[in-house]
Amino acid sequence: MHLLNSESGGAGPQPTALTEASTVPKIFGGQPLPPPSILAEGRLPPPSMDHLDELEAQSIYILREAFARLKKLALLWSLGKDSNVMIWLARKAFFGRVPFPALHVDTGKKFPEMYAFRDRFGKEWELDLKVEPCPPIDAVDPTLPPAARSAARKTEGLKWALTKYGFDGLIAGIRRDEEATRAKERVFSPRGIEGGWDVRDQPPEFWDHFNASPPQGAHLRIHPILHWTEADIWAYTKRENIPIIPLYLSKDGKRYRSLGDQDITNPVASTASSIDEILIELDATKVPERAGRALDHETEDAFERLRVAGYL
Amino acid sequence: MNMILPSSVSATPNGTTRPQVRIVIVGHVDHGKSTLVGRLLHETGSLPEGKLEMLKAVSARRGMPFEWSFLLDALQTERDQGITIDTTQIRFRTRSRDVVLIDAPGHAEFLRNMITGASQADGAVLIIDALEGVRDQTRRHGYLLHLLGIKQVAIVVNKMDRVDFSADRFKAISDEISAHLIGLGVTPSAVIPISARDGDGVAERTPRISWYQGPCVVEALDALEPARPLEQLALRLPVQAIYKFDDRRIVAGRIESGHLSAGDEIVIMPAGKIAKIKTVESWPVTPLHGSHSAGRSVGITLDRELFIERGDVIAHAGATPRDTRRIRARIFWLHDKPLAKGDQVLVRLGTRESRAQVVAIEKAVDPGELSNAETTSIARNHVGEIDLSLAQPVAADPYQDNPRTGRLVIEVNGRIAGGGLVLSVEAGQRAVPIDIVPVESALRPEERSARYRHNGAVIWLTGLPGSGKSTLARALERRLFSRGGSPILLDGDTLRAGLNNDLGFSPQDRSENIRRLAEVATHLARNGHVAIVAAVSPAIADRAAARRIADAAFREIHVAAPAEVCESRDPKGHYAKARAGTLPSFTGITNDYQPPLECELKLDTSTRTVADATDAIERMLAETGVLFDELVDLAANI
Repeated sequence: MHLLNSESGGAGPQPTALTEASTVPKIFGGQPLPPPSILAEGRLPPPSMDHLDELEAQSIYILREAFARLKKLALLWSLGKDSNVMIWLARKAFFGRVPFPALHVDTGKKFPEMYAFRDRFGKEWELDLKVEPCPPIDAVDPTLPPAARSAARKTEGLKWALTKYGFDGLIAGIRRDEEATRAKERVFSPRGIEGGWDVRDQPPEFWDHFNASPPQGAHLRIHPILHWTEADIWAYTKRENIPIIPLYLSKDGKRYRSLGDQDITNPVASTASSIDEILIELDATKVPERAGRALDHETEDAFERLRVAGYL
Repeated sequence: MNMILPSSVSATPNGTTRPQVRIVIVGHVDHGKSTLVGRLLHETGSLPEGKLEMLKAVSARRGMPFEWSFLLDALQTERDQGITIDTTQIRFRTRSRDVVLIDAPGHAEFLRNMITGASQADGAVLIIDALEGVRDQTRRHGYLLHLLGIKQVAIVVNKMDRVDFSADRFKAISDEISAHLIGLGVTPSAVIPISARDGDGVAERTPRISWYQGPCVVEALDALEPARPLEQLALRLPVQAIYKFDDRRIVAGRIESGHLSAGDEIVIMPAGKIAKIKTVESWPVTPLHGSHSAGRSVGITLDRELFIERGDVIAHAGATPRDTRRIRARIFWLHDKPLAKGDQVLVRLGTRESRAQVVAIEKAVDPGELSNAETTSIARNHVGEIDLSLAQPVAADPYQDNPRTGRLVIEVNGRIAGGGLVLSVEAGQRAVPIDIVPVESALRPEERSARYRHNGAVIWLTGLPGSGKSTLARALERRLFSRGGSPILLDGDTLRAGLNNDLGFSPQDRSENIRRLAEVATHLARNGHVAIVAAVSPAIADRAAARRIADAAFREIHVAAPAEVCESRDPKGHYAKARAGTLPSFTGITNDYQPPLECELKLDTSTRTVADATDAIERMLAETGVLFDELVDLAANI
């Protein structure tokens, strides 16, 4: 099912003359084989990378750095489109096998389609799946607004899982274009002992050199798709033929752009019933991606408070 | 707070490609960076629905005039204080480009965040307040753009409304900043008068700046080019890891420059081992054919089993990086504690990390000041040139030859503390012949250090025969062993009995004797042991050669006792034989001993006890970073 057909071979045009020759044979994966005469010459001008290739290469680099420099990693699998792309990238980075657990911090309030997806692809992708529950709502900061408080259960669940397994690195699929405080994130983002994010004192990070030494008892968040956009995720999902949860596609004039807990996530009006149509819709829309996430809109700083406390 | 725009960048559904260019806005605090970003989004029709109204409401709630900067200053503390603390990114489109705008803080306190943002940019816009003119952060940011390797810079003179759109004022600022940047080797692509608040010069030239003929900001952004992968340069593939998930042994890394294909003959640096690329592995399709170029994250297998590890660099034969333990770099410093000569740091170069010592500092200045008064250490937010002595050899290129592999970062206590460009590389003294394949230890030096609580070192005891070198060496050996260390005694006479039994006492043979001692000792030191060498080693030149071999691990101790005291001790009976004429070329008699002019420690053994002298050596070793007590100190060094 991961076979690419020739139409999905690239979101942008393949730049070199090689691909324009219609007689060029395609191999599994959509990458054209150069004609034998060119192969024989050895050093041909190399094909440049398109936008998705660049995003992919950078994400793979980040994942490999995390795996090389941290001792006990886990990948946070929220079952959404972003973390599915992330798992795909991890399989590319490590040649088919994700060499660390996929952790699903389960609020117990996801859509049935999400659970079905988890159970199926957790097996098909041969993930070391760990499902961890969240505490009841009573255990969560009562001063938060209702939806944020509900979402904060996930933060608590995450803390439990961290204590239980002793992970020193959590790979999370957040993106800069989703939300303003996430735009300020580092790729390797240190968290305090309590899991908190010190936004006032983020370490410098440049030239793909990452701070990977969390203090004893603290952990790092690693963000391999921080530089992707919502449209990039969809274009890549299409190109690579990555399975998705059908809730993202329009049904009765509505679809989910972002999937969270059932009680605090709303669909948006949309007629996009395929990934192609989603991409066209995104090209024109001025509605933010998380418009359907209630917790983002309660107060000016509700989301920042959640994130400082350790929310994704 | 959803504000960042959905932007399809190059991944448009119809398959068209628009260049994506990343642009950082830098400049002095309060000169209007965030306002310019807000205005650009507004002028290009990129604001999400309801955003403008929301910003007006947020401003009103705080009793402040409307602030564009609220768009980007997402953190509560940023809005409360009206300053940008951390860098952020936002996307919009111009006529021909998808632009990722990076807003960087202008406050000196947050320079690390400015660097974090600017390091990701292809080009930069440097903004200057027309009223205030060029300020210290303007100069500092200009200098850092140069150090970050950003060559495309457009200058924007903002708040022209505050100077009545004066062409003269504009020209004065334009001349000053252009001269400053050109002095750094950066030529501004445009200097543009604007009012970000009112919109003049942002998307169009308004009548108020009718005297200005150049491009507006949007046009200038359209002219900036995305950085290209370095496909034309020589192959550099820094090794990230070796994976053995199945029967394949895959060497993984990202091609930083050049390209590779299966069948290529490669050299693994710094050791200089050669191999051929057997396959280029991938998933779900494998193996891949054809050429793979700069920017790709790849995995390769080799045609032979070699010891290869993270940090090695794969290159093509004939175009390899240099193998070195000495690097000169021009760096910026971000740590609270100034960087000083003698400091032990961790250097990251590509995927290699190595402990290093700062052996020289030059041209340390505050790039924000005009005076350029030099200092001997590099303070926070200052820049300078440093010489680094690395604990292990690395493969490195000068920045001029390769911008990707010619830069490094410096870590202190596990946190990035600075970074900069490799100016020059002192190539290793001897290139290892290609058919010699040294086998590395299975243990890393840090593993041994953690157990022994010392770093590898060469303790070189020099002095007249009978001065007490062997006695002290044995006492030191016992002392270090008692505290759990791994000392190894290399006595000059003992080695002459075996390894060096082909050597006599001519000056040439003595030099060779010292060289072999130094090589053996250095090998032990690199593997974490403390090699204690007791050797007369009378010639300053020979000891200097030994220091070059052992480099930063070398600790020279002059065991000094008056000649008559030495002769009266005569533990080996050499003085007596020499006096009797049966031992020619004996240093104690021929007076050819050259005492060190400079050394780490001088001990007069005629006036102190063995225990006392051993204490002194132990203190020196602790002070110079060989011995440590706390494991946390080790953590800071590795």
